[in-house]
Amino acid sequence: MNYIHDIGKYFLMIRISFSKSCKKSILYKQIFKEINDLVLDSIPIVSILSFFIGGVVAIQMALNLENPLLSKTLIGFATRQSVILEFAPTFISIIMAGKVGSYITSSIGTMRVTEQIDALEVMGINSLNYLVFPKIIAMLLYPFVITISMFLGIIGGLLAMTLTGVPSEAYIQGIQTDFDGYHVTYSYVKTLVFSFVLATVPAFHGYYMKGGALDVGKASTQSFYWTSIIIIILNYIITQLLLA
Amino acid sequence: MIEVKSISKKFEDNEVLSDINSRFERGKTNLIIGQSGSGKTVFLKCLLGLYNIDSGEIKYDGRSSSEMNDFDKLNLRRDMGMVFQGSALFDSLNVLENVRFPLDMLTDIDSKEKNERALKFIKRVNLEDALNKLPSELSGGMQKRVAIARAVVMNPKYLFCDEPNSGLDPKTAIVIDKLIHEITTEYQITTVINSHDMNSVIEIGENIVFLKDGLKVWQGTNKEILNSGNNEVNDFVYSSELVKKLK
Repeated sequence: MNYIHDIGKYFLMIRISFSKSCKKSILYKQIFKEINDLVLDSIPIVSILSFFIGGVVAIQMALNLENPLLSKTLIGFATRQSVILEFAPTFISIIMAGKVGSYITSSIGTMRVTEQIDALEVMGINSLNYLVFPKIIAMLLYPFVITISMFLGIIGGLLAMTLTGVPSEAYIQGIQTDFDGYHVTYSYVKTLVFSFVLATVPAFHGYYMKGGALDVGKASTQSFYWTSIIIIILNYIITQLLLA
Repeated sequence: MIEVKSISKKFEDNEVLSDINSRFERGKTNLIIGQSGSGKTVFLKCLLGLYNIDSGEIKYDGRSSSEMNDFDKLNLRRDMGMVFQGSALFDSLNVLENVRFPLDMLTDIDSKEKNERALKFIKRVNLEDALNKLPSELSGGMQKRVAIARAVVMNPKYLFCDEPNSGLDPKTAIVIDKLIHEITTEYQITTVINSHDMNSVIEIGENIVFLKDGLKVWQGTNKEILNSGNNEVNDFVYSSELVKKLK
Protein backbone atom coordinates (compact mmCIF):
# COMPACT_ATOMS: atom_id res chain seq x y z
CA MET A 1 0.00 0.00 0.00
CA ASN A 2 2.90 2.30 0.77
CA TYR A 3 4.15 2.03 -2.81
CA ILE A 4 0.74 3.05 -4.20
CA HIS A 5 0.64 5.95 -1.74
CA ASP A 6 4.13 7.06 -2.79
CA ILE A 7 3.30 6.82 -6.50
CA GLY A 8 0.26 9.06 -5.91
CA LYS A 9 2.37 11.47 -3.88
CA TYR A 10 4.98 11.55 -6.66
CA PHE A 11 2.43 12.56 -9.30
CA LEU A 12 0.91 15.15 -6.96
CA MET A 13 4.40 16.56 -6.43
CA ILE A 14 4.83 16.94 -10.18
CA ARG A 15 1.44 18.66 -10.49
CA ILE A 16 2.24 21.13 -7.70
CA SER A 17 5.70 21.76 -9.21
CA PHE A 18 4.02 23.09 -12.34
CA SER A 19 1.43 25.21 -10.47
CA LYS A 20 1.54 28.55 -8.58
CA SER A 21 4.69 29.69 -10.32
CA CYS A 22 7.28 31.92 -8.66
CA LYS A 23 8.32 35.20 -10.31
CA LYS A 24 9.71 34.63 -13.81
CA SER A 25 12.98 36.48 -13.15
CA ILE A 26 13.64 34.23 -10.14
CA LEU A 27 12.77 31.10 -12.10
CA TYR A 28 15.08 32.02 -14.99
CA LYS A 29 17.92 32.52 -12.52
CA GLN A 30 17.19 29.16 -10.91
CA ILE A 31 16.95 27.40 -14.29
CA PHE A 32 20.36 28.74 -15.40
CA LYS A 33 21.86 27.70 -12.06
CA GLU A 34 20.42 24.19 -12.48
CA ILE A 35 21.64 23.95 -16.09
CA ASN A 36 25.12 24.66 -14.76
CA ASP A 37 24.88 22.26 -11.79
CA LEU A 38 23.04 19.39 -13.46
CA VAL A 39 23.97 19.53 -17.14
CA LEU A 40 27.23 21.42 -17.73
CA ASP A 41 28.96 19.99 -14.65
CA SER A 42 28.14 16.48 -15.89
CA ILE A 43 29.91 16.90 -19.23
CA PRO A 44 33.49 16.12 -18.03
CA ILE A 45 32.64 12.79 -16.38
CA VAL A 46 30.31 11.78 -19.23
CA SER A 47 33.03 12.64 -21.77
CA ILE A 48 35.73 10.59 -20.02
CA LEU A 49 33.44 7.58 -19.51
CA SER A 50 32.07 7.66 -23.03
CA PHE A 51 35.45 7.99 -24.71
CA PHE A 52 37.05 5.06 -22.89
CA ILE A 53 34.02 2.79 -22.91
CA GLY A 54 33.63 3.44 -26.66
CA GLY A 55 37.22 2.24 -27.01
CA VAL A 56 36.56 -0.87 -24.90
CA VAL A 57 33.41 -1.72 -26.87
CA ALA A 58 35.34 -1.45 -30.17
CA ILE A 59 38.19 -3.66 -28.88
CA GLN A 60 35.71 -6.30 -27.66
CA MET A 61 33.91 -6.19 -31.01
CA ALA A 62 37.24 -6.64 -32.80
CA LEU A 63 38.06 -9.58 -30.52
CA ASN A 64 34.82 -11.31 -31.48
CA LEU A 65 35.16 -10.58 -35.19
CA GLU A 66 38.50 -12.27 -35.88
CA ASN A 67 37.10 -14.48 -38.65
CA PRO A 68 38.80 -13.30 -41.89
CA LEU A 69 35.52 -13.81 -43.74
CA LEU A 70 33.91 -11.05 -41.70
CA SER A 71 34.48 -7.50 -42.81
CA LYS A 72 36.36 -5.17 -40.44
CA THR A 73 33.65 -2.60 -41.09
CA LEU A 74 31.45 -4.62 -38.74
CA ILE A 75 33.52 -3.36 -35.81
CA GLY A 76 32.53 0.26 -36.51
CA PHE A 77 28.95 -0.76 -37.25
CA ALA A 78 28.55 -2.74 -34.01
CA THR A 79 30.27 -0.09 -31.91
CA ARG A 80 28.01 2.62 -33.34
CA GLN A 81 24.89 0.57 -32.69
CA SER A 82 25.91 -0.28 -29.11
CA VAL A 83 26.81 3.31 -28.28
CA ILE A 84 23.77 4.96 -29.88
CA LEU A 85 21.13 2.43 -28.89
CA GLU A 86 22.15 1.50 -25.39
CA PHE A 87 25.40 2.74 -23.95
CA ALA A 88 24.90 6.51 -24.31
CA PRO A 89 21.23 6.85 -23.36
CA THR A 90 20.86 4.08 -20.76
CA PHE A 91 24.27 3.38 -19.27
CA ILE A 92 25.09 7.08 -18.93
CA SER A 93 21.66 7.73 -17.40
CA ILE A 94 22.33 5.12 -14.71
CA ILE A 95 25.62 6.89 -13.97
CA MET A 96 23.75 10.19 -13.88
CA ALA A 97 21.30 8.66 -11.38
CA GLY A 98 24.32 8.46 -9.11
CA LYS A 99 25.85 11.82 -9.94
CA VAL A 100 22.90 14.15 -10.60
CA GLY A 101 20.38 12.12 -8.57
CA SER A 102 22.46 12.10 -5.40
CA TYR A 103 23.12 15.81 -5.79
CA ILE A 104 19.40 16.58 -6.15
CA THR A 105 18.32 14.36 -3.25
CA SER A 106 21.01 15.55 -0.89
CA SER A 107 20.58 19.24 -1.68
CA ILE A 108 16.78 19.18 -1.32
CA GLY A 109 17.00 16.76 1.63
CA THR A 110 19.40 19.05 3.46
CA MET A 111 17.00 21.94 2.87
CA ARG A 112 14.23 19.81 4.39
CA VAL A 113 16.32 18.85 7.43
CA THR A 114 17.45 22.42 8.07
CA GLU A 115 13.86 23.77 7.71
CA GLN A 116 14.73 25.83 4.62
CA ILE A 117 11.76 24.29 2.80
CA ASP A 118 9.48 25.22 5.73
CA ALA A 119 10.90 28.75 5.53
CA LEU A 120 9.90 28.96 1.85
CA GLU A 121 6.39 27.68 2.62
CA VAL A 122 5.93 30.15 5.48
CA MET A 123 6.89 32.98 3.13
CA GLY A 124 4.03 31.89 0.88
CA ILE A 125 6.34 30.50 -1.81
CA ASN A 126 5.49 27.28 -3.67
CA SER A 127 8.65 25.44 -2.65
CA LEU A 128 8.13 22.64 -5.19
CA ASN A 129 7.88 25.13 -8.02
CA TYR A 130 10.97 26.95 -6.77
CA LEU A 131 13.06 23.81 -6.20
CA VAL A 132 11.84 21.09 -8.57
CA PHE A 133 10.45 22.86 -11.66
CA PRO A 134 13.81 24.50 -12.62
CA LYS A 135 15.47 21.07 -12.38
CA ILE A 136 12.91 19.55 -14.75
CA ILE A 137 13.43 22.36 -17.25
CA ALA A 138 17.23 22.25 -16.93
CA MET A 139 17.22 18.51 -17.58
CA LEU A 140 15.55 19.13 -20.94
CA LEU A 141 19.12 19.87 -22.06
CA TYR A 142 20.22 16.40 -20.98
CA PRO A 143 19.98 15.02 -24.58
CA PHE A 144 22.80 17.47 -25.36
CA VAL A 145 25.01 15.55 -22.90
CA ILE A 146 23.98 12.27 -24.49
CA THR A 147 24.87 13.63 -27.94
CA ILE A 148 28.37 14.35 -26.64
CA SER A 149 28.45 10.85 -25.17
CA MET A 150 27.48 9.26 -28.50
CA PHE A 151 30.06 11.27 -30.40
CA LEU A 152 32.91 10.59 -27.97
CA GLY A 153 31.98 6.90 -27.63
CA ILE A 154 32.37 6.44 -31.39
CA ILE A 155 35.58 8.54 -31.46
CA GLY A 156 36.94 6.44 -28.57
CA GLY A 157 36.28 3.34 -30.67
CA LEU A 158 38.09 4.89 -33.63
CA LEU A 159 41.15 5.70 -31.53
CA ALA A 160 41.21 2.22 -29.99
CA MET A 161 41.04 0.62 -33.44
CA THR A 162 43.82 2.85 -34.77
CA LEU A 163 46.01 1.84 -31.80
CA THR A 164 45.11 -1.83 -32.32
CA GLY A 165 46.02 -1.71 -36.00
CA VAL A 166 42.57 -1.92 -37.57
CA PRO A 167 42.44 0.46 -40.56
CA SER A 168 40.54 3.60 -39.58
CA GLU A 169 38.91 3.65 -43.06
CA ALA A 170 37.19 0.34 -42.26
CA TYR A 171 35.94 1.65 -38.90
CA ILE A 172 34.68 4.91 -40.46
CA GLN A 173 33.01 2.98 -43.27
CA GLY A 174 31.44 0.73 -40.59
CA ILE A 175 29.94 3.57 -38.60
CA GLN A 176 28.28 4.80 -41.84
CA THR A 177 26.94 1.39 -42.83
CA ASP A 178 23.14 0.92 -42.73
CA PHE A 179 22.63 4.06 -40.71
CA ASP A 180 19.01 4.35 -39.59
CA GLY A 181 17.94 7.77 -38.30
CA TYR A 182 15.05 6.17 -36.44
CA HIS A 183 17.54 4.58 -34.01
CA VAL A 184 18.75 8.03 -33.06
CA THR A 185 15.14 9.19 -32.62
CA TYR A 186 14.49 6.17 -30.39
CA SER A 187 17.58 7.01 -28.40
CA TYR A 188 16.51 10.64 -27.88
CA VAL A 189 12.98 9.62 -26.87
CA LYS A 190 14.53 7.40 -24.19
CA THR A 191 16.87 10.17 -23.11
CA LEU A 192 14.06 12.69 -22.68
CA VAL A 193 12.02 10.25 -20.60
CA PHE A 194 15.09 9.43 -18.49
CA SER A 195 15.85 13.13 -18.02
CA PHE A 196 12.40 13.63 -16.46
CA VAL A 197 12.97 10.62 -14.19
CA LEU A 198 16.46 11.88 -13.27
CA ALA A 199 15.03 15.25 -12.19
CA THR A 200 11.87 14.15 -10.41
CA VAL A 201 12.54 10.84 -8.64
CA PRO A 202 15.57 12.12 -6.68
CA ALA A 203 13.68 15.37 -5.95
CA PHE A 204 10.79 13.30 -4.54
CA HIS A 205 13.15 11.40 -2.22
CA GLY A 206 14.79 14.61 -1.04
CA TYR A 207 11.61 16.67 -0.64
CA TYR A 208 9.65 14.13 1.39
CA MET A 209 12.52 12.78 3.46
CA LYS A 210 12.23 12.75 7.24
CA GLY A 211 14.89 12.74 9.89
CA GLY A 212 18.36 14.19 10.22
CA ALA A 213 21.69 14.36 8.43
CA LEU A 214 22.15 10.58 8.42
CA ASP A 215 18.79 10.18 6.73
CA VAL A 216 19.90 12.51 3.91
CA GLY A 217 22.52 9.88 3.03
CA LYS A 218 19.93 7.12 3.23
CA ALA A 219 17.54 9.10 1.04
CA SER A 220 20.31 9.57 -1.57
CA THR A 221 20.91 5.81 -1.64
CA GLN A 222 17.18 5.14 -1.95
CA SER A 223 16.97 7.73 -4.69
CA PHE A 224 19.77 6.05 -6.71
CA TYR A 225 18.16 2.65 -6.18
CA TRP A 226 14.72 3.72 -7.39
CA THR A 227 15.95 5.98 -10.20
CA SER A 228 18.06 3.13 -11.63
CA ILE A 229 15.22 0.63 -11.39
CA ILE A 230 12.73 3.02 -13.02
CA ILE A 231 15.19 3.82 -15.83
CA ILE A 232 15.83 0.14 -16.54
CA ILE A 233 12.09 -0.70 -16.56
CA LEU A 234 11.24 2.31 -18.75
CA ASN A 235 14.13 1.37 -21.05
CA TYR A 236 12.52 -2.01 -21.61
CA ILE A 237 9.02 -0.55 -22.12
CA ILE A 238 10.20 2.12 -24.60
CA THR A 239 12.31 -0.42 -26.50
CA GLN A 240 9.34 -2.80 -26.67
CA LEU A 241 7.12 0.02 -27.96
CA LEU A 242 9.52 1.58 -30.46
CA LEU A 243 11.79 -1.20 -31.68
CA ALA A 244 10.07 -4.56 -31.14
CA MET B 1 -3.73 40.52 17.55
CA ILE B 2 -4.34 36.79 17.26
CA GLU B 3 -7.33 35.23 18.97
CA VAL B 4 -7.46 31.49 19.41
CA LYS B 5 -10.90 30.10 20.12
CA SER B 6 -11.29 26.55 21.32
CA ILE B 7 -8.92 24.91 18.84
CA SER B 8 -8.15 21.21 18.76
CA LYS B 9 -5.75 19.17 16.66
CA LYS B 10 -5.46 15.42 16.29
CA PHE B 11 -2.95 13.22 14.51
CA GLU B 12 -4.89 10.00 13.86
CA ASP B 13 -6.08 9.04 17.38
CA ASN B 14 -3.59 11.18 19.21
CA GLU B 15 -5.09 14.50 20.39
CA VAL B 16 -2.14 16.92 20.47
CA LEU B 17 -4.09 20.10 21.22
CA SER B 18 -7.36 20.16 23.07
CA ASP B 19 -9.75 23.09 23.42
CA ILE B 20 -7.10 25.83 23.51
CA ASN B 21 -8.29 29.39 24.03
CA SER B 22 -5.89 32.26 24.02
CA ARG B 23 -5.20 35.80 22.90
CA PHE B 24 -1.89 37.17 21.63
CA GLU B 25 -1.68 40.95 21.80
CA ARG B 26 -0.10 43.26 19.24
CA GLY B 27 3.19 44.90 20.24
CA LYS B 28 3.78 42.29 22.94
CA THR B 29 6.04 39.26 23.13
CA ASN B 30 3.74 36.31 23.72
CA LEU B 31 5.36 33.08 24.84
CA ILE B 32 4.10 29.53 24.53
CA ILE B 33 5.94 27.43 27.07
CA GLY B 34 5.82 23.85 28.24
CA GLN B 35 7.83 20.68 28.34
CA SER B 36 8.86 18.77 25.24
CA GLY B 37 5.83 16.99 23.81
CA SER B 38 3.36 19.43 25.37
CA GLY B 39 2.10 20.55 21.94
CA LYS B 40 3.97 23.87 21.63
CA THR B 41 5.32 23.25 18.12
CA VAL B 42 1.97 21.96 16.84
CA PHE B 43 0.27 25.02 18.33
CA LEU B 44 2.76 27.32 16.61
CA LYS B 45 2.35 25.49 13.30
CA CYS B 46 -1.44 25.82 13.61
CA LEU B 47 -1.03 29.57 14.14
CA LEU B 48 1.26 29.67 11.07
CA GLY B 49 -1.30 27.78 9.02
CA LEU B 50 1.14 24.93 8.35
CA TYR B 51 -1.33 22.57 10.08
CA ASN B 52 -5.08 22.72 9.65
CA ILE B 53 -6.98 22.75 12.91
CA ASP B 54 -9.69 20.11 13.45
CA SER B 55 -12.07 22.41 15.31
CA GLY B 56 -12.24 25.93 16.68
CA GLU B 57 -11.16 29.17 15.11
CA ILE B 58 -8.07 31.36 14.81
CA LYS B 59 -8.63 35.07 14.14
CA TYR B 60 -5.87 37.30 12.83
CA ASP B 61 -6.91 40.90 13.55
CA GLY B 62 -10.51 39.85 13.17
CA ARG B 63 -9.96 37.73 10.03
CA SER B 64 -11.00 34.17 10.73
CA SER B 65 -8.78 31.49 9.18
CA SER B 66 -11.77 29.22 8.66
CA GLU B 67 -13.44 31.78 6.39
CA MET B 68 -10.37 32.37 4.22
CA ASN B 69 -9.93 31.00 0.72
CA ASP B 70 -6.51 29.99 -0.66
CA PHE B 71 -5.80 33.52 -1.92
CA ASP B 72 -6.59 35.05 1.50
CA LYS B 73 -4.39 32.44 3.18
CA LEU B 74 -1.52 33.25 0.83
CA ASN B 75 -1.91 36.95 1.63
CA LEU B 76 -2.04 36.15 5.33
CA ARG B 77 1.21 34.19 5.00
CA ARG B 78 2.81 37.29 3.56
CA ASP B 79 1.90 39.14 6.75
CA MET B 80 3.84 36.56 8.75
CA GLY B 81 7.51 36.24 9.56
CA MET B 82 9.10 33.19 11.09
CA VAL B 83 12.36 32.59 12.92
CA PHE B 84 13.14 28.89 12.88
CA GLN B 85 14.90 26.93 15.58
CA GLY B 86 17.88 26.25 13.32
CA SER B 87 17.65 29.68 11.61
CA ALA B 88 16.85 28.03 8.23
CA LEU B 89 19.06 30.39 6.26
CA PHE B 90 19.67 29.51 2.62
CA ASP B 91 23.16 28.00 2.46
CA SER B 92 24.11 29.32 -0.95
CA LEU B 93 23.09 32.93 -0.24
CA ASN B 94 25.10 35.46 1.73
CA VAL B 95 23.66 37.59 4.54
CA LEU B 96 22.40 40.37 2.26
CA GLU B 97 20.86 37.90 -0.22
CA ASN B 98 19.20 35.93 2.57
CA VAL B 99 17.56 39.05 4.01
CA ARG B 100 16.67 40.27 0.50
CA PHE B 101 15.20 36.90 -0.47
CA PRO B 102 11.54 37.55 0.58
CA LEU B 103 11.67 40.92 -1.18
CA ASP B 104 13.04 39.30 -4.36
CA MET B 105 10.42 36.57 -4.28
CA LEU B 106 7.34 38.50 -3.27
CA THR B 107 7.66 42.14 -4.27
CA ASP B 108 8.13 44.09 -7.46
CA ILE B 109 10.07 47.00 -5.98
CA ASP B 110 13.31 47.92 -7.75
CA SER B 111 16.63 46.41 -6.82
CA LYS B 112 18.00 49.58 -5.18
CA GLU B 113 15.03 49.83 -2.83
CA LYS B 114 15.26 46.13 -2.00
CA ASN B 115 18.90 46.58 -0.99
CA GLU B 116 18.05 49.65 1.09
CA ARG B 117 15.28 47.81 2.94
CA ALA B 118 17.43 44.74 3.52
CA LEU B 119 20.34 46.90 4.73
CA LYS B 120 18.05 48.77 7.13
CA PHE B 121 17.13 45.54 8.88
CA ILE B 122 20.66 44.13 8.72
CA LYS B 123 21.85 47.28 10.49
CA ARG B 124 19.01 46.89 12.98
CA VAL B 125 20.41 43.50 13.99
CA ASN B 126 23.99 44.87 13.97
CA LEU B 127 25.32 42.74 11.13
CA GLU B 128 26.41 45.38 8.64
CA ASP B 129 29.99 44.02 8.79
CA ALA B 130 28.90 40.55 7.69
CA LEU B 131 26.95 41.43 4.53
CA ASN B 132 28.88 39.15 2.21
CA LYS B 133 29.35 36.24 4.57
CA LEU B 134 27.68 32.90 3.96
CA PRO B 135 25.62 31.29 6.76
CA SER B 136 28.39 28.71 7.30
CA GLU B 137 30.77 31.54 8.16
CA LEU B 138 28.50 32.94 10.90
CA SER B 139 28.18 31.99 14.56
CA GLY B 140 24.87 30.60 15.88
CA GLY B 141 23.92 33.96 17.36
CA MET B 142 24.70 35.79 14.12
CA GLN B 143 22.64 33.29 12.15
CA LYS B 144 19.70 33.93 14.48
CA ARG B 145 20.06 37.66 13.93
CA VAL B 146 20.06 37.19 10.15
CA ALA B 147 16.95 35.01 10.54
CA ILE B 148 15.26 37.77 12.55
CA ALA B 149 16.17 40.38 9.92
CA ARG B 150 14.81 38.12 7.17
CA ALA B 151 11.62 37.49 9.14
CA VAL B 152 10.85 41.19 9.60
CA VAL B 153 12.09 42.59 6.27
CA MET B 154 8.58 42.33 4.79
CA ASN B 155 7.16 44.35 7.73
CA PRO B 156 5.05 41.45 8.97
CA LYS B 157 2.10 41.91 11.28
CA TYR B 158 2.85 38.61 12.99
CA LEU B 159 6.22 37.22 13.99
CA PHE B 160 6.61 33.60 15.07
CA CYS B 161 9.76 32.26 16.67
CA ASP B 162 10.41 28.59 17.33
CA GLU B 163 12.91 28.18 20.17
CA PRO B 164 14.86 31.26 19.01
CA ASN B 165 17.69 30.83 21.52
CA SER B 166 18.15 27.09 21.51
CA GLY B 167 21.80 26.13 21.12
CA LEU B 168 23.01 29.57 22.15
CA ASP B 169 25.03 30.51 25.23
CA PRO B 170 23.02 32.35 27.93
CA LYS B 171 24.52 35.74 27.10
CA THR B 172 23.80 35.49 23.35
CA ALA B 173 20.34 34.08 24.16
CA ILE B 174 19.55 37.24 26.13
CA VAL B 175 20.78 39.40 23.22
CA ILE B 176 18.43 37.53 20.86
CA ASP B 177 15.50 37.76 23.30
CA LYS B 178 16.01 41.48 23.74
CA LEU B 179 16.32 42.01 20.00
CA ILE B 180 13.02 40.23 19.36
CA HIS B 181 11.38 42.22 22.16
CA GLU B 182 12.69 45.54 20.82
CA ILE B 183 11.60 44.77 17.26
CA THR B 184 8.17 43.70 18.50
CA THR B 185 7.67 46.99 20.34
CA GLU B 186 9.28 49.15 17.65
CA TYR B 187 7.23 47.76 14.74
CA GLN B 188 4.14 46.88 16.81
CA ILE B 189 4.19 43.24 15.71
CA THR B 190 2.17 40.43 17.27
CA THR B 191 5.01 38.14 18.29
CA VAL B 192 4.51 34.55 19.40
CA ILE B 193 7.55 32.70 20.71
CA ASN B 194 7.74 29.01 21.36
CA SER B 195 10.19 28.39 24.18
CA HIS B 196 11.13 26.29 27.16
CA ASP B 197 13.85 28.64 28.29
CA MET B 198 13.09 30.21 31.67
CA ASN B 199 15.49 33.08 30.95
CA SER B 200 13.28 34.13 28.01
CA VAL B 201 10.18 33.74 30.15
CA ILE B 202 11.51 36.09 32.80
CA GLU B 203 13.17 38.51 30.35
CA ILE B 204 10.49 39.08 27.76
CA GLY B 205 7.35 37.09 28.67
CA GLU B 206 4.69 39.78 28.59
CA ASN B 207 2.01 37.17 27.97
CA ILE B 208 2.75 33.53 28.71
CA VAL B 209 0.67 30.50 27.78
CA PHE B 210 1.66 27.31 29.58
CA LEU B 211 0.78 24.04 27.83
CA LYS B 212 0.82 20.55 29.24
CA ASP B 213 -0.20 17.44 27.30
CA GLY B 214 -2.01 19.58 24.74
CA LEU B 215 -4.03 21.54 27.29
CA LYS B 216 -3.67 25.16 28.29
CA VAL B 217 -2.92 24.96 31.99
CA TRP B 218 -2.14 28.57 32.79
CA GLN B 219 -1.84 32.03 31.22
CA GLY B 220 -0.24 35.12 32.72
CA THR B 221 2.79 37.42 32.66
CA ASN B 222 6.44 37.03 33.65
CA LYS B 223 5.66 38.90 36.86
CA GLU B 224 2.93 36.43 37.78
CA ILE B 225 4.55 33.14 36.75
CA LEU B 226 6.87 32.83 39.75
CA ASN B 227 3.86 33.00 42.05
CA SER B 228 1.29 31.30 39.87
CA GLY B 229 0.05 28.98 42.58
CA ASN B 230 -0.31 26.28 39.95
CA ASN B 231 1.58 23.07 40.76
CA GLU B 232 2.19 22.12 37.16
CA VAL B 233 3.57 25.56 36.32
CA ASN B 234 5.72 25.48 39.46
CA ASP B 235 7.05 22.04 38.52
CA PHE B 236 8.17 23.51 35.20
CA VAL B 237 9.44 26.86 36.48
CA TYR B 238 11.36 25.45 39.42
CA SER B 239 12.66 22.36 37.65
CA SER B 240 16.22 23.69 37.38
CA GLU B 241 18.54 23.58 40.38
CA LEU B 242 19.65 27.15 39.65
CA VAL B 243 16.13 28.55 39.90
CA LYS B 244 15.48 26.47 43.02
CA LYS B 245 18.58 27.94 44.66
CA LEU B 246 17.63 31.46 43.61
CA LYS B 247 14.17 30.93 45.05
